[in-house]
Amino acid sequence: MPVEIDIERVAHLARIALTDDEMAAYGKQLVHILEHAERVQALPTDGVEPTSHPLPMVNAFRSDEVTDPLSRDDALAGAPDVEDGYFRVPKILDE
Amino acid sequence: MTEWEAVIGLETHVELQTKSKMFCGCPVDFGDEPNTAVCPVCLALPGALPVPNREAIEGILSIGDALNCTLTEDSLFYRKNYFYPDLPKNYQISQYTFPLCVDGHLDVDVDGESTTVGITRVHMEEDTGKSTHVGESGRIHGAEHTLLDFNRAGVPLVEVVTEPDIRSPEQARAYGMELQRIVRALGVSDARLEEGSMRFDANISIRPVGSEELGTRSEVKNVNSLRSMQRAIAYEITRQIEVLESGGSIHLETRHWDEAKGVTKPGRTKEDSADYRYFQDPDLLPLHIDDAWRERVRDRRPKLPAAKRARYRELGADERAADLLTDAGDLGGLFESAVAEGADARTVAIWLTGEVVAYLRREETEVGETSLTASSLARLAEMTTGGDLSATAAKEVLAGVLAGEGNPRDVAEARDLLQISDVNAIEAEVDAVLEQHPQALEKLREGDPKPIGFLVGQVMRATGGKADPRMVQDLIRKKTQE
Repeated sequence: MPVEIDIERVAHLARIALTDDEMAAYGKQLVHILEHAERVQALPTDGVEPTSHPLPMVNAFRSDEVTDPLSRDDALAGAPDVEDGYFRVPKILDE
Repeated sequence: MTEWEAVIGLETHVELQTKSKMFCGCPVDFGDEPNTAVCPVCLALPGALPVPNREAIEGILSIGDALNCTLTEDSLFYRKNYFYPDLPKNYQISQYTFPLCVDGHLDVDVDGESTTVGITRVHMEEDTGKSTHVGESGRIHGAEHTLLDFNRAGVPLVEVVTEPDIRSPEQARAYGMELQRIVRALGVSDARLEEGSMRFDANISIRPVGSEELGTRSEVKNVNSLRSMQRAIAYEITRQIEVLESGGSIHLETRHWDEAKGVTKPGRTKEDSADYRYFQDPDLLPLHIDDAWRERVRDRRPKLPAAKRARYRELGADERAADLLTDAGDLGGLFESAVAEGADARTVAIWLTGEVVAYLRREETEVGETSLTASSLARLAEMTTGGDLSATAAKEVLAGVLAGEGNPRDVAEARDLLQISDVNAIEAEVDAVLEQHPQALEKLREGDPKPIGFLVGQVMRATGGKADPRMVQDLIRKKTQE
């Protein structure tokens, strides 16, 4: 079954700017991946328990205990821009 | 002329009052200093892994249970992907398919009539950080840049989604109030709209009465009180009717409530849910809620507000008092315990919803922080019905107890409010008064009842108001017949 993909839309959703060449190349690769998924989906799975995680484990919890946060200097150390203890980012909407 | 019907669904976010965040140990109780309750997990530093807070899972299960939901046996966390810097991961950990609680309902009284609102789902997610848009407008549009504080990022957040079952702004408000009472009764959140620990978004559409089809909806955000939610929904219904009746059409969009102007204003056009590219979070293991766990949740379900209201009515509080006692959680408990200790229900209900509520408001405190206990209420009620205290004096003693002056008897003694219950002492005062006013006594003896009030007043004055007026009256009558 032929798989189609709107690579431009996928790139936009991920906010990735692609050149025409990249779009063609990645588009082809994504189609391969989806075709593989199609093949897996075609397998008979009656009587097979669905799995949602590769590990046969559930319920890894922590108890509700407070641990020391980072110092603010450490928290902000990797930020490209900082103002008054805040992370500073460029304006969000171009409108 | 078309008759319109409103179709309303509510999405409610409730911040859980755990000690630590949803997926890391950062404190949930932080001050005003930005970025002081953050760590590699909630800042999304490379390699950091989330681990769910068990207490938060218990909290959401309690909410789902109280809303009559089915607690899902196998549940999953998903990533909701979006590009907005209020979460540093570029996604929010949330739930999509297999949320923890599904298919519930909540009964809500509207103007004395019982209605049922279906609950589609209750799911677990994390709160976002706070953005401050800096620029001349102070709004996101026209901002020069944005400042981010991630203290709130990762606080456990529960989302409760209703079916589009709500038909009026009043019903929406009643639902909101009942949900707020429930989460407070469960002790999982303080649910304060003005502080953002409870937030409502309303999906509103209209359709001609009798139509089964849903109209295009708008989503109204930014209501910070139940009253403004009711107003915003009422405004939006009127707006949509006007648009449709003038030949226009409704757009799927988010609108913001402007409290000062009393209008909703258009925000961003809604992205369809596929744009969030939900997928299962590979960092988190599935949740498995087995029968034993579900049973534990059911077993610890406290008495819910609807049951409490019914109980207080049954004990003898009137409708208004029962509502007040239910809303002020601690007061209801106090009422029940005091009645259990033998206090007269009506008297205690009147004190609690009158003097006590007024005192707490005035002093901006909680009843738990005062010295008022169920036993002191019971003792006070006993002293009043036993004739040791007049109704007025009882209220004064209550004020003293609230202010921490001691138990009712000590306060009554210290403030010299105890009624004289010694008949001989009162009789002596009565005799003295009658001796001073022979004409009044004469009139009484001749069958004129008028002087009795005057004589009682004189005895009350002589005893400094501490005699039981009924006893004084009886004594005077007795003397008249001698």
